[in-house]
Amino acid sequence: MNWIADVGAKALSIVSNLGLAGRFFAILAGASLRALGRFSLVIKQLYAVGVLTLLIILVSGLFVGMVLGLQGYYTLVSFGAESSLGLVVALSLTRELGPVLSALLFAGRAGSALTAEIGLMKATQQLDAMEMMATDPVPMVIAPRFLAGLIALPLLSAIFTAVGVIGGYLIGVQQLGLDSGVYWSAMQEGVDFYADIINGVIKSMVFGLIVTFIAVYQGYFAIPTSEGVSRATTRTVVNASLSVLGLDYVLTALMFGEV
Amino acid sequence: MQQKRGIDFIVGLFVLGGLAALVFLALRVGNLSSASVNNAYHLYAEFDNIGGLKLKAPVTMAGVNIGRVTDVKIDKEFYTAVVELSIDANYDNLPEDTSAAILTSGLLGAQYVGLEPGAEETYLKQGDKIEITQSSLVLENLISTFVTSGAGGGSAAQSNSNADEFE
Repeated sequence: MNWIADVGAKALSIVSNLGLAGRFFAILAGASLRALGRFSLVIKQLYAVGVLTLLIILVSGLFVGMVLGLQGYYTLVSFGAESSLGLVVALSLTRELGPVLSALLFAGRAGSALTAEIGLMKATQQLDAMEMMATDPVPMVIAPRFLAGLIALPLLSAIFTAVGVIGGYLIGVQQLGLDSGVYWSAMQEGVDFYADIINGVIKSMVFGLIVTFIAVYQGYFAIPTSEGVSRATTRTVVNASLSVLGLDYVLTALMFGEV
Repeated sequence: MQQKRGIDFIVGLFVLGGLAALVFLALRVGNLSSASVNNAYHLYAEFDNIGGLKLKAPVTMAGVNIGRVTDVKIDKEFYTAVVELSIDANYDNLPEDTSAAILTSGLLGAQYVGLEPGAEETYLKQGDKIEITQSSLVLENLISTFVTSGAGGGSAAQSNSNADEFE
């Protein structure tokens, strides 16, 4: 009969964790505004979070675009509609694949590193040492990383989409012989700047917020042992990926639902 | 300090790259620009109806792409569509009685302009007008002609040449 009590304890801990996350978010938001004043700290984190993630984004974007070009072409050619290949590639990248895939890659590459770094700082009592010197670690350590993630993901996602469109061009036009004017003109005809591109950028801003917040939250509240840090890193990747995919459905329904 | 400046520079490049990707998306992928054929000369053709012809649609001769549609306007006097064709300067020997037709690739594919060469000895130059044109087939008009005239005499009156209207 112990399991009934276990269910109750589990539910209570989930609710109180949510409350803790909400309180932490409020503190972090205030600290981030103050961290804007120390922008050199943010730039250092932008290097770690953004520039070092660039390579995986470029390579994946190129290959995703090439696969879209190939699959789209073979599907469309059986309807004689291969002239809309550019539209298919561009719409799937700007609306869905660009923001979602770069957020997933970002969670795996940068989010896990953030959690491990902050968790190890805690495990080696660096954060405690800062508090001993009357320095609050949240605006000094956590907020610059949070801001860097917020700024980096929309940029990475735009790069992913642009490289993907070029990948589709390489396959569709250079290799399969579609006319390059048809590729670009179908794209420009069907992709709307505000409805598609700006909405994709908004999506990636929301994903940047949620992924980076989960990463710094898990790092800051990790159990300060090697096992605790490794578990927190795993939880970051799993929770961030699930949140991105779930939120993507909600955002898509809100943005494109009325069309 | 030197090390720090290096990081600043790389981060600056990263931010610039992201913004450049956004500009690329806006101008090349989105609908905020228009491109042109290099080394082209322009011809004009008037059509009664251009159907779904779009800017940048290909211009072909014998199935080979030789140019693009660069502008579509309405002639305010005759209410016809004036289409500007940019033809690659390599193909500067189109006979003067060349005819233009708006065709469709595949059943539901994109529309393009097909040129049919004539037999004159003189060639079309920059700014010339193609006199013999054939409009696009509008499916609804075709069906209504077919329905109202009975199944027997269903000739597609839509696609007449309008060459002599403007002599």
